[in-house]
Amino acid sequence: MSIEVIERYCKGCSICVEFCPKNVLEMDGFIVKVARPDDCIKCMQCELRCPDFAIKVHTD
Amino acid sequence: MAYDYEKSLRPGKLPHIWCPGCGHGIVMKGLLRAMDTCGLEKNNTALVSGIGCASRLPGYVDMCTLHTAHGRAAAFATGVKMARPEMNVIVMGGDGDGTAIGGNHFIHACRRNIDMTYVIMNNFIYGMTGGQFSPCTPTGDKASTTPYGNPDPTFDISKLAIGAGATFVARTTAFHATQIDKLIAEGIKHKGMAIIEVLDDCPTTYGRRNKFRSVVDMMKRLKDMAVPVTAAGKMTAEQLEGKILTGVLYKEDKPEYCEQYAKVIARAQGVK
Ligand SMILES: Cc1ncc(C[n+]2csc(CCOP(=O)(O)OP(=O)(O)O)c2C)c(N)n1
Ligand code: SF4
Ligand code: SF4
Ligand code: SF4
Ligand SMILES: [Mg+2]
Repeated sequence: MSIEVIERYCKGCSICVEFCPKNVLEMDGFIVKVARPDDCIKCMQCELRCPDFAIKVHTD
Repeated sequence: MAYDYEKSLRPGKLPHIWCPGCGHGIVMKGLLRAMDTCGLEKNNTALVSGIGCASRLPGYVDMCTLHTAHGRAAAFATGVKMARPEMNVIVMGGDGDGTAIGGNHFIHACRRNIDMTYVIMNNFIYGMTGGQFSPCTPTGDKASTTPYGNPDPTFDISKLAIGAGATFVARTTAFHATQIDKLIAEGIKHKGMAIIEVLDDCPTTYGRRNKFRSVVDMMKRLKDMAVPVTAAGKMTAEQLEGKILTGVLYKEDKPEYCEQYAKVIARAQGVK
């Protein structure tokens, strides 16, 4: 399992950070950072709501 | 599994032009999943739009696309559908495009019950041109052209569509990402005019002027205002104050326009 951030696409809106139920993500300046990957429950909420195609949750 | 969106996009188009946190990107992802669910392909699908930030959407998608004049998407889409009734025709546009300059095309496409899907991204504002008020700007809210508050009453797009004759009408918000593709897919499968209103956010020209300082504030507002139509029956008028119903709001079976038109052609040609 891994969470991939495509930094070239991320616009730093912080939607993914705010609505992650497990507080896995953090802003690092204007780009999102996967701060606590072990806490991720693969709910996909971040991937679904990212307006910029910038975050992918790989579950396999 | 991460969803592979890029297989349905024209290569090299990302990052897109929309502002940070603009909900149009969330709607675009919902559309791509819905088209996938319904097995829509390049050679049998046309995406049609007018002008506006929302109307930029088809340009990213690897399908047949038609970017037309402001407000005219429904008219062009009607032409496409009548010339090629076997195609899936989907209109993608904004509240300004669809209910101000294009309001007439919108209601008449609904009235005809032509078999297409119209996804209207209602961000309550003219985003592209700098935040002028639209017919969907809530009364009292600020726009660049209503700095002291908007005196106009507001269109309820879904009610307008039902009243005008659309036979499938549904609503959701940019926050409710999985409902976007479910409702668009239902709309695509419906035979007749399907309107899917997505309450959307324009943090840049609407949010900032109206106390939603951040993208997250705007998203929370969309989250809070939505009440599933299935839950509304058990709520009091007080609890429903300021809320907006989401889900499938209306559905009926009625004769579809292209089929009716084909009958007229057959009659004119003397075919019994
Ligand atoms: C005939 C014509 N009139 C006016 C304009 C200017 N114009 C471009 S986009 C737009 C409003 C778009 O608003 P909406 O459809 O809500 O899309 P949004 O940008 O909010 O996504 C206007 C008035 C135009 N392009 N053409
Ligand atoms: S998949 Fe869910 S838990 Fe994992 S980072 Fe995304 S929002 Fe958080
Ligand atoms: S939602 Fe997308 S664009 Fe916004 S901060 Fe997260 S990864 Fe970046
Ligand atoms: S101006 Fe508004 S509608 Fe247009 S891209 Fe920016 S946030 Fe989106
Ligand atoms: Mg708009």
